[in-house]
Amino acid sequence: MDNSETQINREDPKTKSNTPVFAPKGRFKKFFSSHNIGDLIFERLTLLFAVLVFLLVILMGYEMYVGSKISINKFGWSFLTNSVWDPVQEIYGALPIIYGTIVSSFLALVISVPLSIGIAVFLSELSPGWLEKPLSFLVELLAGIPSVVYGLWGIFVLVPWIRNDVEPFLSEHLGFLPFFTGAPYGFGMLAAVLILAIMVLPIVSSISRDILKSVPQSQREAALALGATRWQSTKIVLKDAKSGILGATMLGLGRAVGETMAVTMVIGNRAVISPSLFDPSYTMASVIANEFTEATSEMYLSSLIQLALVLFVLTIIINALAKLLVWSMERKLRPR
Amino acid sequence: MKLSRFFFLKRKITSAVMMSLSLVATLVAIIPLVFIFYYTISKGIAYLNLDFFVAMPKPVGESGGGMANAIVGTLMLIGIGGAIGIPVGVMSGTYLSEFGNNKFGATVRFLTDVLSGVPSIVVGVVAYTLVVVPMKHFSGLAGGIALGILMIPTITRTTEEMIRLVPHSLREAGLALGIPKWKTTILIVLKTAWKGIATGILLGLSRAAGETAPLLFTALGNRFWSTKVMQPMASLTVYIYDYAKSPFEDWNNQAWTAALVLIIMISMLSLLFRIITRSKFKTK
Repeated sequence: MDNSETQINREDPKTKSNTPVFAPKGRFKKFFSSHNIGDLIFERLTLLFAVLVFLLVILMGYEMYVGSKISINKFGWSFLTNSVWDPVQEIYGALPIIYGTIVSSFLALVISVPLSIGIAVFLSELSPGWLEKPLSFLVELLAGIPSVVYGLWGIFVLVPWIRNDVEPFLSEHLGFLPFFTGAPYGFGMLAAVLILAIMVLPIVSSISRDILKSVPQSQREAALALGATRWQSTKIVLKDAKSGILGATMLGLGRAVGETMAVTMVIGNRAVISPSLFDPSYTMASVIANEFTEATSEMYLSSLIQLALVLFVLTIIINALAKLLVWSMERKLRPR
Repeated sequence: MKLSRFFFLKRKITSAVMMSLSLVATLVAIIPLVFIFYYTISKGIAYLNLDFFVAMPKPVGESGGGMANAIVGTLMLIGIGGAIGIPVGVMSGTYLSEFGNNKFGATVRFLTDVLSGVPSIVVGVVAYTLVVVPMKHFSGLAGGIALGILMIPTITRTTEEMIRLVPHSLREAGLALGIPKWKTTILIVLKTAWKGIATGILLGLSRAAGETAPLLFTALGNRFWSTKVMQPMASLTVYIYDYAKSPFEDWNNQAWTAALVLIIMISMLSLLFRIITRSKFKTK
């Protein structure tokens, strides 16, 4: 019995190859025109998953639009320009929150972009090979720390330091400026800016380093051969890499705008517009993180989802611009 | 002669100053890193004990206890996330590299970039409206789905890039032998690139393990032992957030320990990632 069965099995492939089991005709022939039906199934299967990714992004936007419909219908564009965020009276204006998001991200970039460019220049132009690897690894390690751990460190180390040392110092020496007034509370815009600057640093510096490295070596050699100093040749490299570094900055901005946990833990969480960096503030991401589970009414939840939608659209615009800048830089360098 | 000497010196000095500024920038950037690691390790180790891994959280006000449920919860959440993110990421990455040289491929590529830039809290909101609202309660499943969505762009892009690195001659050799394209892709191309793909997967998993924001209102957190996917699920990151904000010193200390354990878990993943990439270069 066993023998006969294996014999049949052995013969099977032969009979298959002689007479095709599946021979499509007519209009099906075109559909199955690829050489192997397995190819077609495989392609369609991978296509299915690619379509899934495509649909996912569309679905995300759609879901948030539907979820925020009540709020959109009631407030319309005034959602973005109204400066009162009062859940008790069911008035939701996101202006102070947008203000907090923009100011905190912008100031964080002001601190971290020059530092990042310095790091990128050091890693690509100056550092000897043996130092570059461990340093790059260290900078990338910063990127791997979870955001909530930054927040933990912010609450117990950064905020007390700001409260006891930085803010008294600033108000004593620069207190005449409106940016450094008010009680040194610790939790507030300043703490958020500093922690965002630390968190944005690795992404901006590692992309900038890659971009500086992509500038052809001949550019540096030409400058050095003409008698330029290291700094002069670096300036030429930086000029070539300008749009790429701008793209890296935009990516950093996208990260800063969407950063949630660390900011929520140190910014003080109050929806007010104040010029002082000592005062608490709010960002879009931290409002959602902080109030979503507390949102009791439909209107409240809907406004929070609308905030998420605004954040979603904003980060898409920022990232698309960043992508465009890095891409244009790559294209510019390629023909050379 | 004197004037040219002056300009020469000026150029030299400017160069030295600017270049040392770049060194200073690098050092300044390393300071916070050192501080964060110093505090996490010193404070984390001080309260690290066996209880942390095997005991349950104590009720409010009582000291001691551990986070056994959160450790298991985090592992389960990244497991669910991986079950969603890995197949979608690998398959769509395969599509993009093998069949994606068309308009649709470019669109999907752009959308994965968009997805990788979307803040994790927004993904949390979407998971809430997609899963929590229809189910009418918070669940580990919703948290896992959020993490899975967050993994997709990383895995898709690395898969695509790694498959593109496979030399065309290998594909041609397979096709020349009469092997159908799908078999060539699976048995030759994917097999050659699997180490690179595995690093992408590990990177995605380790990032997901550190996420807090998308879990806040999906998996929510749970103070009791629960491995039920349909129920709220505890996670280390949400515990760190809750305990860091709490007024109890004992909880604050446990937050540091949780942070240390979380970082060790993540670095074990990235260590695995380094070992895999190293052996990849050895075989080349």
